[in-house]
Amino acid sequence: MNDMTQIKHHLTDQLMMGYAAGALPEAFNLVVATHLSMCDSCRAAAQAYDAIGGAILETDTRVSVADDALAETLALIAQGPSVPKPLNNSDVSAPLAAYIGGSLRDVKWRSVGMGVRQAVLSTSKLATARLLYIPAGAAVPDHGHRGTELTLVLQGAFRDATARFAEGDVEVANEDLNHTPVAEIGEDCICLAATDAPLRFNSWIPRIAQPFLRI
Amino acid sequence: MFCSLDRSQEVGAYLYQVPYGVLKPIRLHYQKACIPAVKKTAPQNTWVQHLKRIQADEDQQAFAELFGHFAPRIKAFLMKSGASPSMAEECTQEVMATLWHKAHLFDPSRASVATWIFTIARNKKIDALRKQRRPEPEDLEWGPQAEPEASDVLVLQQESQQLTQAMTVLPSQQRDLITKAYFGDLSHSEIAAETGLPLGTIKSRLRLALAKLRQTMK
Ligand SMILES: [Zn+2]
Repeated sequence: MNDMTQIKHHLTDQLMMGYAAGALPEAFNLVVATHLSMCDSCRAAAQAYDAIGGAILETDTRVSVADDALAETLALIAQGPSVPKPLNNSDVSAPLAAYIGGSLRDVKWRSVGMGVRQAVLSTSKLATARLLYIPAGAAVPDHGHRGTELTLVLQGAFRDATARFAEGDVEVANEDLNHTPVAEIGEDCICLAATDAPLRFNSWIPRIAQPFLRI
Repeated sequence: MFCSLDRSQEVGAYLYQVPYGVLKPIRLHYQKACIPAVKKTAPQNTWVQHLKRIQADEDQQAFAELFGHFAPRIKAFLMKSGASPSMAEECTQEVMATLWHKAHLFDPSRASVATWIFTIARNKKIDALRKQRRPEPEDLEWGPQAEPEASDVLVLQQESQQLTQAMTVLPSQQRDLITKAYFGDLSHSEIAAETGLPLGTIKSRLRLALAKLRQTMK
């Protein structure tokens, strides 16, 4: 999982700062956290953006707390921690495992045609996260974006007009990109994707299907 | 502490105001902050020892001192993020309780105490105010036999202090924008990643600290 030398396509600074600032929709946070679990160079960069938050906390304004705040907090501490145990027996990293209930084997896939399957994950409505299963050699229909689409490869590899994306790579597509990702021959490709606006498909069949697919 | 800004460099940055549709980039004139000269002495109180005392001895005196310094800052952060005073008060206490319970996870070769507390407060804001879950990267911990080298801790703590000093010498308009991105309510498409802050050294320091940690995990 941590073979960083293999990863060629990373998160943008804007995404890592948005993640540190807590400004991303949940679906984007999930893609970012999953990539950070696989990529130490982005993890270091994201923590540098956290450090800006620490610097502001140190130097910005203060508001007095209640007189009994310390005593109340010590009472809260005495009640013990409420820290949920992370799922660790998974074939994916911890942040994603929490959303799919364990392993990729447990995912309930739904066909979206041409052999491609997907599973929409439950996140806040501001953006949508989904897993995509693209059989070796198959293509996701040609589409454009109104907002931003992040696609992180979990298994296998795909190519589109811009480049090749393999395990750990993340493609950050904006509205200028129309693309047709094609899974490489040899291995089925599984991706985690997030979009903050509906995709625009360029052929009529997927456009009709779009409301049903929630993509 | 004096720092001359006349060698500053203008860096173009774009702030997108509209999430999607027609984007209107506003050109800002960003100045690079120069880092004030830092004396080659050990950093002043970095609070690292306080956290160690909490972790090792459940030291309530150390906790009270940390609380006195950080609780009012956390409360201000939460109120700027939109929490009512009573909600901010309650969340501040929860953040400080989390600090106590998670003290063993704090790694001073990868974060200053202020940075670590910021991340706990930020997660609380997302959870309590935004009602969203916050996916976090997989935890990386030093095993029971290993801990970061003192020199790595010292350098990271110094670099964090330099970043804090660089914040204070930024032109106020620029500083306000960064503060708004972190403490306000900008959407991700409104955030400009170009801050003018010198992040390069701290990034490579963190990269190194992660590599050393990975070594011990093998
Ligand atoms: Zn990366």
